[in-house]
Amino acid sequence: MYLKLAWRNIWRNKRRTIITLMSIAFAVFFASLMQSMQLGTYANMISNSVRFYTGYAQIHKTGYWEERSLDNSFSLPENVEKALMASESIVTIVPRIESFSLVSFGEKAKGAMLIGIDPFKENELTSLKEKLVQGQYLTENGNSLIIGKGLAEYLNVQVGDTLALIGQGYRGMNAVGKYGVGGIIETPIAAFNDQAVYLPLAEAQYYFGMENQITNLALNVNDFTKLDKLKNEVGSQISHNDYEVMTWREMMPELVQQIELDDASGKIILYVLYVIIGFGMFGTILMMARERTYEFGILVAIGMRRRRLKLLSMAEMIILSFGGVALGMSFSFPIMTVLHYNPIYLTGEFAEVYKKFGIEPVLNFSISPVIFFDQAVIILVISLLLGIYPVLHIGRLNTVEAIRS
Amino acid sequence: MMKVIEAHKITKVYNADKVPVNALRGISFSVDRGEFTAIVGPSGCGKSTLLNIVGGLDNPTKGKITIEGNDLSNLKENKLIDFRLDKIGFVFQSYNLIPVLTARENIALIMELQGVGKRARNDRAMYLLRAVGLEGKEDKRPTELSGGQQQRVAVARALASEPAFILADEPTANLDSVATDNLLDIMAGINKEKGTTFIFSTHDQRVIDKARRVIRLEDGLIVSDNNLVTNKAHEDRP
Repeated sequence: MYLKLAWRNIWRNKRRTIITLMSIAFAVFFASLMQSMQLGTYANMISNSVRFYTGYAQIHKTGYWEERSLDNSFSLPENVEKALMASESIVTIVPRIESFSLVSFGEKAKGAMLIGIDPFKENELTSLKEKLVQGQYLTENGNSLIIGKGLAEYLNVQVGDTLALIGQGYRGMNAVGKYGVGGIIETPIAAFNDQAVYLPLAEAQYYFGMENQITNLALNVNDFTKLDKLKNEVGSQISHNDYEVMTWREMMPELVQQIELDDASGKIILYVLYVIIGFGMFGTILMMARERTYEFGILVAIGMRRRRLKLLSMAEMIILSFGGVALGMSFSFPIMTVLHYNPIYLTGEFAEVYKKFGIEPVLNFSISPVIFFDQAVIILVISLLLGIYPVLHIGRLNTVEAIRS
Repeated sequence: MMKVIEAHKITKVYNADKVPVNALRGISFSVDRGEFTAIVGPSGCGKSTLLNIVGGLDNPTKGKITIEGNDLSNLKENKLIDFRLDKIGFVFQSYNLIPVLTARENIALIMELQGVGKRARNDRAMYLLRAVGLEGKEDKRPTELSGGQQQRVAVARALASEPAFILADEPTANLDSVATDNLLDIMAGINKEKGTTFIFSTHDQRVIDKARRVIRLEDGLIVSDNNLVTNKAHEDRP
């Protein structure tokens, strides 16, 4: 009968119950929404940077990351390449040369990041071909280049124009070349649009005078959550004296810090949200407890022990809390799923701010079950903690005064 | 005759540390099994305070209450609640039924608290509802019943645990004359047939007229105790 009593008590004031349920449900929704947006945006930032630039891990000649010079390039031994390809954790190995050159067209010139790539393997990791907005993608043996949209606009070049490149090659040699623009790309990372020039790997090796040499080998992996394990596995296959293996976290500490900073501020906002939600819910619970003082007094008078009355009150709060959380999850998940597949693209000033920080101006939403579970548990705990108030109220109840009230 | 209630020099002082108000000033009385007693007096004379103390809801500042020989002051809170559950039935002025339970469930709740099995408590609840003339109303919630009917359910609930006595605090205060007569007839009938002890606090002359003992309080003191049964017995004595 206690459960029946608890259930009926909950529904004796339908409006109040609906308000309580909705306040818990909206708490779950807003907390999940915030967390989903945060994690979705981080994942997108990581994905943009990692998937489009570094890869999840890279192998370099020891010391390259400290001094990113062509002189710290290396030639990958065939047995190491085979061993890496045999690893179940690695999907693709992507060889690159990365350096800088002056790019000139007509009267204009600009320093650019010159990247030599294996067109097929690079596309597997970064889907570079999809970023093409004009012209053709690179071919393995071709000698045309592709260029970032921002740089193309700065130099005022079109597909088919020829660029002059001048820079420093391997071991101080001069690097000079003329290459036709085969295509123009637009990427989510503004810096790439303004600076990137891609050449086929063989042509870049020829340009820099470093045949068969590469500066880094990016790794595309199966499971990016197990990078430390991968690092150890790869480390065991190569000489530590000759090569270094670095994960994206080590290569992009600024991104990690940026995420951590944003995560910390996001948590503060989330805590403020919990407090606001908590006070809202507490108001309802306070009202419920005060309204029923008289009834509690009668129940104690006619022979219900306070412990039973407290359990009854807790049962009501548990039913309400679980109901509210379930309701919140029932509409949070579908809405977040829709947002996950249809991210919000920012425009105007917001977009410019994002671009200034080198972030793609888009709000992504994660649908990791952990988000919904965590937020549901937190809101549930808050509800149950607030449910202690009626219990304390019953404990302090003066039966005679309660009946008089 | 067995004493159900014995009150010995009961004093109750409110606000003892500030401006003391003497609600009861050392009153003593006893109630025998089967009595139908009204405690009467003007507002503020201490009727409700006395009933609360007799019912174990409040503690006297001084003095002692024993119910069937048990000193209430010796009982800790949970024991006192259990004692009230088993020994005392309450009927309050405002009916005080649990609004979300039906008439039958309100009565059965008391027995559930006592650990009575489902069938037994349902059977007894139905029996009590018949006894108070509410057969057919068992599945009605309090809001679907009239004031008089609610108070009859309250009486049935008070009887549910087969208590030593029933305390009724102004039970007819919110009832019309028909409902009052009806309720009084039912309680008087139960008192006569089952020998259940009833103690009322009341202003209502109709209740006073039905009572067989009237204790009058004024300013926290018993100013008269008129036991019609004893007096009649005395009068009948040769």
